[in-house]
Amino acid sequence: MQKVSSQPSPVIHEPKASLAWIGQLFLVAVALLALYLVVSNLIKNPILFTQFVVSGLQLGFVYAMIALGYTMVYGIVKLINFAHGDVFMVGAFVSFYAVSRFNLHKWPETAFPGISEGLAVVIGSITVMLLSMIVCVMMAVTIERVAYKPLRDAPRIAALITAIGVSFFLEFFGALNFVFSPRFIPYDRPFEVVAWYIKDGIHRITEGQAPPDNSVTFSNIFIIIVLASILVQFFLQFLVRSTKIGIAMRATSFDKPAARLMGIEVDRVISFTFAVGAAFAGLGGVLYAIAYSSIYTQLGILPGLKAFVAAVLGGIGSIPGAFVGALIMGQAEALTMGYISTPMRDAVAFTILIIVLLVRPTGIFGEPEKEKA
Amino acid sequence: MLLEVNNLDVFYGAIHALQGISFNIQKGEIVTLIGANGAGKSTTLRTISGLIRPRNGSIIYKGQDITTVAAEQIVRMGISHVPEGRKIFAPLTVKENLRMGAYTRNDPEEIKASMERVYTSFPRLRERENQLGGTLSGGEQQMLATGRGLMSRPELLLLDEPSMGLSPILVQEIFNIIKEINSQGTSILLVEQNAQMALSIAHRAYVLETGRIALEGDAREVSNNPQVKAVYLGI
Ligand SMILES: Nc1ncnc2c1ncn2[C@@H]1O[C@H](COP(=O)(O)OP(=O)(O)OP(=O)(O)O)[C@@H](O)[C@H]1O
Ligand SMILES: [Mg+2]
Repeated sequence: MQKVSSQPSPVIHEPKASLAWIGQLFLVAVALLALYLVVSNLIKNPILFTQFVVSGLQLGFVYAMIALGYTMVYGIVKLINFAHGDVFMVGAFVSFYAVSRFNLHKWPETAFPGISEGLAVVIGSITVMLLSMIVCVMMAVTIERVAYKPLRDAPRIAALITAIGVSFFLEFFGALNFVFSPRFIPYDRPFEVVAWYIKDGIHRITEGQAPPDNSVTFSNIFIIIVLASILVQFFLQFLVRSTKIGIAMRATSFDKPAARLMGIEVDRVISFTFAVGAAFAGLGGVLYAIAYSSIYTQLGILPGLKAFVAAVLGGIGSIPGAFVGALIMGQAEALTMGYISTPMRDAVAFTILIIVLLVRPTGIFGEPEKEKA
Repeated sequence: MLLEVNNLDVFYGAIHALQGISFNIQKGEIVTLIGANGAGKSTTLRTISGLIRPRNGSIIYKGQDITTVAAEQIVRMGISHVPEGRKIFAPLTVKENLRMGAYTRNDPEEIKASMERVYTSFPRLRERENQLGGTLSGGEQQMLATGRGLMSRPELLLLDEPSMGLSPILVQEIFNIIKEINSQGTSILLVEQNAQMALSIAHRAYVLETGRIALEGDAREVSNNPQVKAVYLGI
């Protein structure tokens, strides 16, 4: 609703209105151009287009797993936890050590020698993912206790700067030789990636073989990422809607003193929120490493930032918003890579951020922050 | 003695909001705390429920010193605080608000029974069970806040201005319900602007003036005090 003031001041009003008008025109032009690019390319070569959409979905579903943590933590402590992308990175590294050094993914074969190969791979891989998630949870909860909790009553900017500091710490401490490594490391997968192409039916791509022209390829890791991300989304919806701790999370995020009067241990609920977000980021990290097969200690930066943009785009604090925002980000990035140029992929993400902040800072699902009495 | 407050001193920064107040509540009583705006009534309740810490003084509940116990533990000990301004969780449904009132309890059957009792006292809430708390009318929010406060099955209920913003009929209704809650064994500390109503249902009363207890006694005695009549009852 518009505020009605008794004394309108046209002097200040007019230039603002015309500026907004120019801005909107510009945005419409950009949107039309993007739409034109998308549609014309879709018509020109629908198969290639579909291929880009598939890789965009893979990215988008990974971003969704990270974005949920950003949005949940923001919802409850109003903090943009910039270290969240690095939790994702740690998830990838933990799985690397589990697989390469400790052969954790092979434990079912060792423990039950007669087990079928497929089952052994599934159980082994899930164990690796669970381990990564647990380590990420412990790390995130520790970070919250040590770095953020003491600043709970400090101005918000203090915690924000601390989050950036924690992020740098994880990236560069991890890069020390005796911790992880400063280099790119080839990642040993806990299971083999199998790819298929679609052209007159679905065919498996054997190793060393290139898929034929005009076909859409996808892999088992693509399917796993999509399924895992959707599962995570449903799990979170269930958690927040239907469980006692989930309702307490929403109550706490709305009004902490009132939550305390109910007997809700606010600090525990906050820790729990960080834990849930970290578990999903850890899982995302493992799947990302399996999909892209090379890791280094700064691998969380860009996916983290893009997931942050996704959360803002969807409306920070909103769980469905983070999901939808992430899928849009994935498509924007993949289509940019396909039709404009690969280096533009990052620029597009931040262009979206700027546009959202200019046009609708509350994002798609966000509501303007209400003043509390 | 259910609750004993001794020489409480509470500060907000440099503001000395409570200046050495002492009072007590016996089991089964309705005690009312009346006073002008800014006298320190809400501050007293917030200090008892653990939201703020006093600088000096002590709060003894059932023989136990709870002065430094955290708010979330005090609910578990049996004190429930229905705060000023209701503080409904706006994005939660009526049912979820009540569910949070029972956060300290674990038996789903018993919680359901308590919820049933709240719905019997406030049938309007049952009709709006799945409506968001933020969309209720002021009166309905007050009912929800009171009902939510009862969900922890308190032995002592702290009510901060339950009649605020309600129509005269609803005020009467809320006070009837308060009396009924009390008759079922819950002791009540009632903070009110509506001194007349409060004094009519209370057993004892304390009059708070800028952070000090100015007068105390039997509710009838206090309401007959000429000064109280002039200042708070407008007679
Ligand atoms: N958060 C705060 N920060 C600073 N001063 C406060 C704060 N809360 C209350 N005060 C001050 O403490 C004094 C007592 O306030 P309190 O809210 O307890 O009054 P009250 O008796 O409940 O008044 P009312 O009838 O208006 O609700 C007031 O002078 C008030 O300005
Ligand atoms: Mg008050």
